Amino acid sequence: MTERPVTPRHEHGIPAPQDQPSGAPQLSDGADELPSNVVEVEARSQWQLFRRKFFRHKLAMGSLVFLALIVFAAFNAERIAPYSYDEIDVLRANTPPTFEGFHFFGTDQLGRDYFSRVLFGTQTSLRVAGLVAVVSTLIGTVTGAIAGYYRGWIDSVLMRITDLVIIIPALAILLVAASFFGQGDPLRIAIILALLLWTSLARIVRGVFLSLREKEFVQAARAAGASDLRIMFRHMLPNTIGPIVVNMTLVLAAAIIIEATLSFLGIGVNPPTPALGVLINDGRSSMQTLWWLTIMPGLALVAIALSINFVGDGLRDALDPTQQES
Amino acid sequence: MLTYALRRTLISIPVILLATFITFAAISISGDPLADLRQLPNITQEQIDNVRESRGLNDPLPSQYLRWVEQVAQGGFGEYLISPRPIWPDLRRVLGNTMQLVIAAEVIAFFIAVALGVLSAKRQYSVFDYTTTTLSFIGYSMPAFLFALFLQVAVVQIFVRTGVRVFPIGNLSSPNPGTGLSFLLDRAWHLVLPIASLAIFSVASYSRYMRASMLEVINSDYVRTARAKGLPERTITTRHSMRNALIPTVTIAALSFGSLLGGAIVIETVFGLDGMGRYFFQQLGRRDPYPIMGWLTIVAIVIVVFNLIADILYGYLDPRIRYD
Repeated sequence: MTERPVTPRHEHGIPAPQDQPSGAPQLSDGADELPSNVVEVEARSQWQLFRRKFFRHKLAMGSLVFLALIVFAAFNAERIAPYSYDEIDVLRANTPPTFEGFHFFGTDQLGRDYFSRVLFGTQTSLRVAGLVAVVSTLIGTVTGAIAGYYRGWIDSVLMRITDLVIIIPALAILLVAASFFGQGDPLRIAIILALLLWTSLARIVRGVFLSLREKEFVQAARAAGASDLRIMFRHMLPNTIGPIVVNMTLVLAAAIIIEATLSFLGIGVNPPTPALGVLINDGRSSMQTLWWLTIMPGLALVAIALSINFVGDGLRDALDPTQQES
Repeated sequence: MLTYALRRTLISIPVILLATFITFAAISISGDPLADLRQLPNITQEQIDNVRESRGLNDPLPSQYLRWVEQVAQGGFGEYLISPRPIWPDLRRVLGNTMQLVIAAEVIAFFIAVALGVLSAKRQYSVFDYTTTTLSFIGYSMPAFLFALFLQVAVVQIFVRTGVRVFPIGNLSSPNPGTGLSFLLDRAWHLVLPIASLAIFSVASYSRYMRASMLEVINSDYVRTARAKGLPERTITTRHSMRNALIPTVTIAALSFGSLLGGAIVIETVFGLDGMGRYFFQQLGRRDPYPIMGWLTIVAIVIVVFNLIADILYGYLDPRIRYD
């Protein structure tokens, strides 16, 4: 979302002239720029170029490290959490956040440790969001690839179906579907979300495939006798990986937020299973005195969604071929 | 244009029908709609059988559904199963309340976002620009209900510490709101927090679009021409660049109406407002399919209509757009 000035493409390694408004500092790659007189001629693969650009995006890198830590902690909650998520300790009830006894996020009326509960809740929320991202990416990629590759009536039919899913009032369907088909099961909730969130990716992939199928390397592959499937998935798909990955981060952030909202409303994940939305809803009744029961899981949720968005932003910048690094 | 609008409308009708049918089937299968009735102390099996017969609950599902479609086509959403009251007056009331919230939030968010977008584009890479960028990232990543809860916590803490009631954290009106202007002021005072929580996401997303399209316009030739003519910067911004930059933002704003409505449904639940959201959850517990289907139809129609308005608006604002 942070547009940096789009500098025209230059020959490899020659620094771009400063054609931005004067006095405009660069967003994030100001400090660690190479000296501008260094001319590099070393060949770099796409992957190396991408890696270099991404590693320079400090916010995205920081977010990625933070996310990795959270994912690691959440999926090892059984070992890391100081308490289990439903362990009751009445003597320590209503403790505000403190380092004493590792109650970093405080405890509730029953003395359950909220740091542990948030860890376990994050695990559930990440599971759901991850599943949504994978399933919706699969649906979107396959639909878009087939539509873009075959064109003609297959394209028309698939795109009409996509339009249909876009036109449907997603929210109304979501509320009704979650309350009648979700049954508080994380897996079912994930599938319902995935079935609603694949459309934009399908359109993106179709667009890329429409232009790629005319490229020489595809014709070469066809001349060499490669099958349709092989051309689509071995030759064309790797060239689409950028938009797919960026879109995946968007879906991931959206899924985390939507799942939390549904769980908060009581039609997402059912209470005995800890999920971030469930925890926030639990804390709501005692919001006036035990504020940390709402704020702490809430902050965890925002931190996760925010860092996913930052990583997505960094990926977008790094994968954008119109932005040449200096 | 007209044929495009017509086609869009025609496509959405079967979608709404399909959605309501699945809903109807799901609710009918999932529970006994007369469970509440059975709870009444002096009700006989005969009375229950009478209700079942008279409301057609013994008919096969498709014919029950067709009867509902017939009722909708005749203008109305039928009656509740338990009590023979019409559904439409209730739906109209909650829809009205929700619309107040949504429209106020949409208008306020739009103006704030345009101002923020223009300013940060004019001062690209300034401290102001970075601040709005960061804030909009946070706005993106914060679910509306959570922001609402944070606001409530803050207001309650202010009340506990200082005894000042800054804003109410629930209800649409005071017990005695008065009439006329005092009623309006009272309503506005009650809606401040809900509107703020609802608008935050829209401000974040619209302002990004506004900034991006403004940046594109600012560097275009005709703006340079305007500057070369010696027009004052203010005139260039308001009369030349802003007008064109508004086009995508207006479209996004109209397209986002559906998700704003969704946000309102969640926000109402947090603030306990008598709107579409609360109505949905109230009826959900009753296993009565008809109010839920009416609700679904209304929400669907509102969203479809606004998507259509967005498309038409886009074509109107930008004559280069063609619909085939």
